[in-house]
Amino acid sequence: MIDLRSLYQDVILDHSRNPRNSGPLEPHSHSANGNNPLCGDRIRVYVRLANGTIDNIGFEAKGCAISVASASMMTELIKGGGVEEARAIFARFHDVVTRKGDISEAEIEALDKLATLIGVREFPMRIKCATLPWHTMAAALDGVADDVTTE
Amino acid sequence: MTAVNGAYDVDAIRRDFPILGESVYGKTLVYLDNGASAQKPRAVIDSVAHVYEAEYANVHRGVHYMSQKATDAMEAAREKARALINAEHAHEAIFVRGATEGINLVASSWGRANLAPGDEIVLSVMEHHSNIVPWQIVAEQTGAAIRVAPISDEGVLDMDALEALIGPRTRMVAITHVSNALGTVVPVDEVVRLARRVGALVLLDGCQAVPHMAVDVRALDADFYVFSGHKLYGPSGIGVLYGKEALLKAMPPYQGGGEMIESVTFEKTTYAALPFRFEAGTPHIAGAIGLGAAIDYVTGIGFERIAAHEHDVLDYATERLGALNSVRLIGTAPDKAAIVSFNLEDVHPHDVGTILDREGVAVRTGHHCAQPVMDRFDVAATVRASFGLYNTRREVDALVDALGRVQEIFGR
Repeated sequence: MIDLRSLYQDVILDHSRNPRNSGPLEPHSHSANGNNPLCGDRIRVYVRLANGTIDNIGFEAKGCAISVASASMMTELIKGGGVEEARAIFARFHDVVTRKGDISEAEIEALDKLATLIGVREFPMRIKCATLPWHTMAAALDGVADDVTTE
Repeated sequence: MTAVNGAYDVDAIRRDFPILGESVYGKTLVYLDNGASAQKPRAVIDSVAHVYEAEYANVHRGVHYMSQKATDAMEAAREKARALINAEHAHEAIFVRGATEGINLVASSWGRANLAPGDEIVLSVMEHHSNIVPWQIVAEQTGAAIRVAPISDEGVLDMDALEALIGPRTRMVAITHVSNALGTVVPVDEVVRLARRVGALVLLDGCQAVPHMAVDVRALDADFYVFSGHKLYGPSGIGVLYGKEALLKAMPPYQGGGEMIESVTFEKTTYAALPFRFEAGTPHIAGAIGLGAAIDYVTGIGFERIAAHEHDVLDYATERLGALNSVRLIGTAPDKAAIVSFNLEDVHPHDVGTILDREGVAVRTGHHCAQPVMDRFDVAATVRASFGLYNTRREVDALVDALGRVQEIFGR
């Protein structure tokens, strides 16, 4: 049996209770709304770009522990970094949590603190909770006008 | 098959439902998601299998033996549906895919033929999306407007506000009989009375009512009444739209195709009589027959006894959940049926749902396709336990124990 503790690790609970970089960011250069129509989770991600660098990032979320923790960790990981780096982290994370097959130790290590979220692999209905903030961040960077959804 | 007489033997009833013997993650399944879809008794499963094994062909077409057998079985099921809701004629019971299609049929067929700019459709804030969106679509097409009746903090329909909303331009009042998100039983007889004063029609969404109580469309004087088979222990993909004969006869067809015609030429096509004019294409034959078996099953037990049992379970659940400090009940109307919606302090419903699932307890978490209700209570989602005729106090205990596990994991 899969331990629920692997999904709800202390790090995740901490981030969900005390999300970092929570709240609207003003001024911002990019923003997007994300929602999961299946469960009603909503998030808004704000990014301030300066010379190709994510100078600052913020988010407002109405969602579960997994989505809020994922958003919180995301902001910590990509703040101060480059846009392409942020996209690369998302690509690695998305691949690991959505791929059906085995994942390697190296892949897990490369995820840094996001490794605590790979428990969602065993909870298929919850994978979208973990990826929603990232899709929304990517949409903000893409300047997508419409809301993104996980569907 | 369960005995009809004597005490309510829930253990015997449970044995009629094979899936209740299944385990999930090594734990006994505690199925509290009946509001989404109910499990099927052996009688329904066997009935559907029997159709394909012994009496299957297309209906209302062939002159051959099997077609006649299938047609007879399907029409017998229609008669059972008629009797279930006490309609006057069997041909007033239109087989549809489910309540959603039934409402779309009325909104599209009746609505496009009868609504004009400035006409009003009155809904309540606690409607399922399926009783909102079809009306929005037809309102956009016809220029009609939608008015929404509010509810109280307990989740009770505000009848004074409803009365004030129903005016000379009101053409249709479409209201749920029992709220799927809150469990509130709406005094629909009073809704009909208010609509009658201005000559408006009434459509009642009976999805969450039909499994739990005897419904009499003639006593209610409802113009349209819809329900889904799968919530009534029958197959999915089949449901019933009841409409008064005179109204259905005057409505243009909803979909065109086979079965719904009398004669077709490229110059002029004439339509079949009720109910077939609204049943274009080959219907869900086995589903309809399975629904008939489900109706036999529930009426065999009796709604009085089902309601008494379910109320006991609901009251027990309300009491046990209400005793937990961390629980906020959403929907506390005095008159409720089989549904308890709630939130845990500081834990999102999806997290609650995942943890309950691993304890073998199946509940629905989310907005229950009723986002306006969620907005009304300023929540994004709730946890909903919805009961059926086979649920027990023991299962409520399992739910409460599993909530303890949530508190453990979330450290409260």
